[in-house]
Amino acid sequence: MSDLTELRLDPTLCDAHGFCVEILPELFTLDEWGYPLMNSGTLVTAVPADLVSAAKKAVAACPVAALRLHKHKR
Amino acid sequence: MDLRSLSVHEAHFGRLPVVDGPRIGKPGSLVHELEKSGLRGRGGGWFPTARKVHAVVESAAARRAWSAGRKPVVIANAMEGEPASSKDAILLRHNPHLVLDGVTALAATLGAEKAYIAIHRGSPIIDVVTRALADRNDPVTIELVTPPARYVSSEESALSHWIGDGVGTPVFGKRPFERGVNDRPTAVQNAETMAHIGLIARFGGEWFASVGEPTAPGTCLVSVSGVVNSPGVIEVAVGTPVSEIINRCNGFSGESSGFLTGGYGGAWVSQDSLMAAHWSPDSVAAAGGVIGAGILWALDARTCPLHEVARVAHWMAGESAGQCGPCRFGLPSLADDLDVIAGKHAQMSDVHRLNARLPLVQMRGGCKHPDGTARFIGTAMHVFQAEVAHHLRGHCCATTSGTALPIAGMRPSPVGFPGKDFK
Repeated sequence: MSDLTELRLDPTLCDAHGFCVEILPELFTLDEWGYPLMNSGTLVTAVPADLVSAAKKAVAACPVAALRLHKHKR
Repeated sequence: MDLRSLSVHEAHFGRLPVVDGPRIGKPGSLVHELEKSGLRGRGGGWFPTARKVHAVVESAAARRAWSAGRKPVVIANAMEGEPASSKDAILLRHNPHLVLDGVTALAATLGAEKAYIAIHRGSPIIDVVTRALADRNDPVTIELVTPPARYVSSEESALSHWIGDGVGTPVFGKRPFERGVNDRPTAVQNAETMAHIGLIARFGGEWFASVGEPTAPGTCLVSVSGVVNSPGVIEVAVGTPVSEIINRCNGFSGESSGFLTGGYGGAWVSQDSLMAAHWSPDSVAAAGGVIGAGILWALDARTCPLHEVARVAHWMAGESAGQCGPCRFGLPSLADDLDVIAGKHAQMSDVHRLNARLPLVQMRGGCKHPDGTARFIGTAMHVFQAEVAHHLRGHCCATTSGTALPIAGMRPSPVGFPGKDFK
């Protein structure tokens, strides 16, 4: 039993600073317009346990607070 | 018969019965009739109306709002942002009181404190509705509001945002039924849906469900245009054969190269597929289309469909609120790709680039504007693939400009500061 951690992106806030892509290349790439593209192709991606601390760093690094971590019990 | 007069309206339909108000956490009895009716929203999503209305009273956020004294808000959405739609304007022009009855009934069953009807700025029906409102004496006053005529300002979170804060841009992550106008639970229903509610309040859910399909009961309005002899708005039972809808518009006036269903956020369907379908959400979806806000456009075969699609794609790009990067930059890129494909020097690589970009604008926006535009473009590339092949060989089958798809006021894209002219 472990928590499921999700990273969510608010696209209306995101301004393509790109720190998240630097910190978490495992979960993001840059699209051709310079905006972060999650591997899921959507605005939500599951964070594997070994990337949770990096995901926290990415959330903290975002200058416009467009990223959030959500935890679900399972 | 002039139904714009309240007395004529009441003589024809009967007076609107008094609708029970809510008990704590439960809507009044009208919602039970809405459940029995199976009514689904006619604004485009076809979401079950009763479920949406329940959510305004019963969701966790709604309960918190109630206990904090923030009573619900009701909005009739008559913005009609799709340029090829005219059903809400026609309905309000001829029958404003039926729509307003629906607002009154819904406001009563929810215990709403405020109610609005939203019509886009500059619309000719503002006068009709203003006069109709002056005749009425509703327990909850209905206020007419006129947000700017922008495509995405018709979206329900954008509408709640405009009424609350004066900015008509879509809002991400706050659903109106939980936190809408000024963080109050807000029931946004399309004008046609409101008219159906006005009738269900009088005649009940079983009466409403006596026509239409089990999964989508009742009648619906369809805006039919393009190469038909009598374009206009007609009312049909949900599930009417599309061929019969064309017959009711006195048949085709010329050859059509394909149908646009659901508008510029909708989908193209080949004529053969759609003419074999029925006008219900399931049947039209099985044919590859979408009813959306009830739009059916038979494209004139004399025009170049790729040119038409490119023109509309540029317009849709200019209608972006500019809040999300993939929409702000992606839609103009797609429109530019279409310009090249619609031109004389199209290459296969241009088609590949467009197809690779389409998924980049989907599922990544704060609202569904980019998704709808991508569907409009993607289905066009499929339905008009023979024309794409022509263009790749340097030909175009267009003979004249024909009847063009309607576009209101072209704006440059990408837009400037996000949301700058949405006030």
